[in-house]
Amino acid sequence: MKAARIDLRHFTGFPLITGVCLILLYAPLLIVAVYSFNDSPSITTWEGLSLRWYRDVFFGVEASKFKTAAFNSITIASMAATVATILATSAATAMSRAGQFKGKSVSFALINLPLMVPEIVTAVATLIFFSAIGFTTGYLSILLAHIVFCIPFAYLPISARMQGIPDGYEQAALDLYATRWQAFRLILLPLMLPGILSGFLLAFIISLDDFIITSFVKGAGIETLPTAIFGAVKIGIKPNIMAISTLLLVVSILFVTLSYLIGRAGEKSN
Amino acid sequence: MKKYLVTSVAAAALFASSMAAQAEGKLSIYHWFDYIPQELLDKFSKEHDVEVTMDTFDSNEAMLAALKAGKMGSYDVAVPSDYMVKIMGEEGLLDTIGDGELSNFGNIAPDWLNVPFDNGRKSSVPYQWGSSNFAVLKSAGISDVHTSELVFNPPEVLKGKINMLDSQGEVLALASLYLGIPQCSSDRDQLKQLNDLVVSAKANWASFASDTAKDQLLAGDASLSMIYSGQAAKARQEGAALEYSFPKEGYILFADSIVLLKDAPNRDNAIKFMNFMLEPENVAAVSNYAQYGNNVTGADKFMDAALAKSPELNPPAGSKGHFVEACAQEVQEYYDRIWTNVKK
Amino acid sequence: MAGQLSSNNGNASNIYQGNGLTLMLPSWLVICVLLVVPVGIMLVYSFLTKEFRGGVIWEFSLAAYDQFFFYRGLFGDEAPTIEWTYIAIFWRSIWQAGLATILCLIIGFPTAWFIATRPPSSRAFWLFLITIPYWVNLLIRTISMKFLIRDEGPINEFLIWLGPISEPIHMINTNFAVQLGLFYSYLPFMVLPIYASVERYDFGLSEAAADLYASRWVTLRKIILPVVKPGVIAGCILVFVPSLGAFLAPDLLGGAKNFMIGSLIEEQFKGNAGNWPFGAAAAMILLTMVLIVLIIYARAQNRERT
Repeated sequence: MKAARIDLRHFTGFPLITGVCLILLYAPLLIVAVYSFNDSPSITTWEGLSLRWYRDVFFGVEASKFKTAAFNSITIASMAATVATILATSAATAMSRAGQFKGKSVSFALINLPLMVPEIVTAVATLIFFSAIGFTTGYLSILLAHIVFCIPFAYLPISARMQGIPDGYEQAALDLYATRWQAFRLILLPLMLPGILSGFLLAFIISLDDFIITSFVKGAGIETLPTAIFGAVKIGIKPNIMAISTLLLVVSILFVTLSYLIGRAGEKSN
Repeated sequence: MKKYLVTSVAAAALFASSMAAQAEGKLSIYHWFDYIPQELLDKFSKEHDVEVTMDTFDSNEAMLAALKAGKMGSYDVAVPSDYMVKIMGEEGLLDTIGDGELSNFGNIAPDWLNVPFDNGRKSSVPYQWGSSNFAVLKSAGISDVHTSELVFNPPEVLKGKINMLDSQGEVLALASLYLGIPQCSSDRDQLKQLNDLVVSAKANWASFASDTAKDQLLAGDASLSMIYSGQAAKARQEGAALEYSFPKEGYILFADSIVLLKDAPNRDNAIKFMNFMLEPENVAAVSNYAQYGNNVTGADKFMDAALAKSPELNPPAGSKGHFVEACAQEVQEYYDRIWTNVKK
Repeated sequence: MAGQLSSNNGNASNIYQGNGLTLMLPSWLVICVLLVVPVGIMLVYSFLTKEFRGGVIWEFSLAAYDQFFFYRGLFGDEAPTIEWTYIAIFWRSIWQAGLATILCLIIGFPTAWFIATRPPSSRAFWLFLITIPYWVNLLIRTISMKFLIRDEGPINEFLIWLGPISEPIHMINTNFAVQLGLFYSYLPFMVLPIYASVERYDFGLSEAAADLYASRWVTLRKIILPVVKPGVIAGCILVFVPSLGAFLAPDLLGGAKNFMIGSLIEEQFKGNAGNWPFGAAAAMILLTMVLIVLIIYARAQNRERT
């Protein structure tokens, strides 16, 4: 009997579902983008095309405040995600490659603890803790708090990835007198890259978005993008918020497309 | 990767310390969002050579929680509402203003000098006042909007199209006024009445949302919404055909004040700011921006004509405004339980 | 060689035996200092007396837990009966979170699979495509979502114009809206871990001819699923647990008419209630529940692998 070749890459309906997924993700953003060009200060009535909100964002009275806030958000997110990813990779290696060690189950619970505590509780508790030890709140306090809650978001994809990688290559390397560090760095790490990238991305976006924890632990006068605009959303969204968001979106799309093209060019030249 | 990490942390530390280095002439305000125009803050900055930073909160209780959790000492002034000023005073969070420290003290409108929450204005100066009743869309065809009956026993056309503020204080206060019972009542029958009223009225309410009240009216998602008077005025300016209500059973008044916080790091600048805000021109700028009223003599001539005449700032004759009251501990617990019953 | 390696998938490895604790140390340090200590403070708070309007008085009291489990009437002085209110709130949040997780799984798994089977050079691009929307603040996206599904919103208008319905479908302020919101908030948390897992799978192997009469779907179920299980579980955890404490979607899209765990606890700290010990107690109960589930899972994993 002739055996059938099974093509597991293609399942009917999967591309369709992916399409649906992307539409669902981007539809609200389309609204945001469209209304950022709305001439009216209200987001529910359309009054014609206008660039006034973009002018307001760049040259308006609150421009410098938003710029600083955006800068803070992005730098904090980058640093927190990086540190969290490093910590998470180390932890994931321990959990899936170091056999049994004392306190392994507790470690698993610990890594996921930031995920399990409701944000408001973490926020209040961390502020109380910082005041109790006399730690002056400011940029650094935000960064530290962010690193902590980013860890599980980085950990879970990395760990999932690592569990799927058989250790045969590393075994072989060790048999050939490589040190553990070399086996880790030269063999495991490259194989881990998709997981690490996923972990970093998740940690990054969770840090960008955080409001409650940031608003409690930040120093007076320091703003991140969510804390700077959150109140605005409470009073009634002004389209300048839409403008900022659209800008952020465009910048990130540009950035990604750019790195993709550079990556492609790099590949071609190989 | 480690090198990158080290340099980033170093850069961050440097950045953080550079922020602290500009410490000459600062002022730190804790404020409601989008209440004061940035231009006014810049004006103060220039006039007094002070760097102003402003943090925001979205409710009185959130402000109190943050201050109690550890933010005392970070801010110079805050802007709480009436009952919260009293609470803060009782909690020992306020500093007293010395006699004669405020040269503009005489500008305070006489009616607003001795308020129940700060007699003689020892720790606060008036900022803005308004009301938090509700607005009804004209399209709903309600002839007489000045009654809370529309909220607690609505006609068919309003059922399911009512939005309430997500705030225990205002909702229960409105309900108490409707029933004609005192706000901090400890009478069990009255409390049971209140409990039953609000729990059953909820069936007709579509949502609890303080932030999107204005948008809901503009979009027509809600035909009636509890809303702050300034927001209602803004909604009207943005095109909503609505009427702002002053219920004849009693309406809810609020008065925000600027308070001097204890352990203020820049007390002198705080006093300067409070004085600045007692200038008729300045406080009128806030009124024009946020669409509320103020309590400073002589500010009227700086206010927008439309604002001064607006229905939101001119309650019909005979209607009575009440501040939300802060109750004693035991009684407050009853009201907390009622609110949990409403939201469970 | 390839065959041997594949068979090791998912099994316990101990090639770095002995380094376990060292590798865990940095994470232990950071989390212990910055989270365990603050959470410990909260745990202590849950056993203290509440200070009026927020804060705590340093006096031992079980009042917070008592309030959670026992109902003593509107005035607090009747004979105690079981308090179903908070248990109901917890239950409501649990099934909301569960439903959201299933929704994310149904949409997220095929999406992750699709991305993982794209040509390698474009995979990062697809991943970014999925995560870029999340650069825009969640609050704004949720409000935009609200705008979309309103009775007079674009979706209803479009459907009415198309013809199938004549009255707008009431979506806002319903459970469906909350589900949509939760799904929308946490989708990448499902997609990315699954992607990381699936990407590893050696497709070439299973595509090889064998005496298989089974369809692709059965192969998916019986062979591949066990292999990508870690990714699926990771995704479920990352969606379920945060959904439990979420309040943005329930409040903005569901109308905030019913407390969820997140809004209940928020109310204790940021609302009128000012009952920190109770908020702490509710958080501790939530934490315990989730911890138990996670530890059971971790133990089962360990047993499976050795």
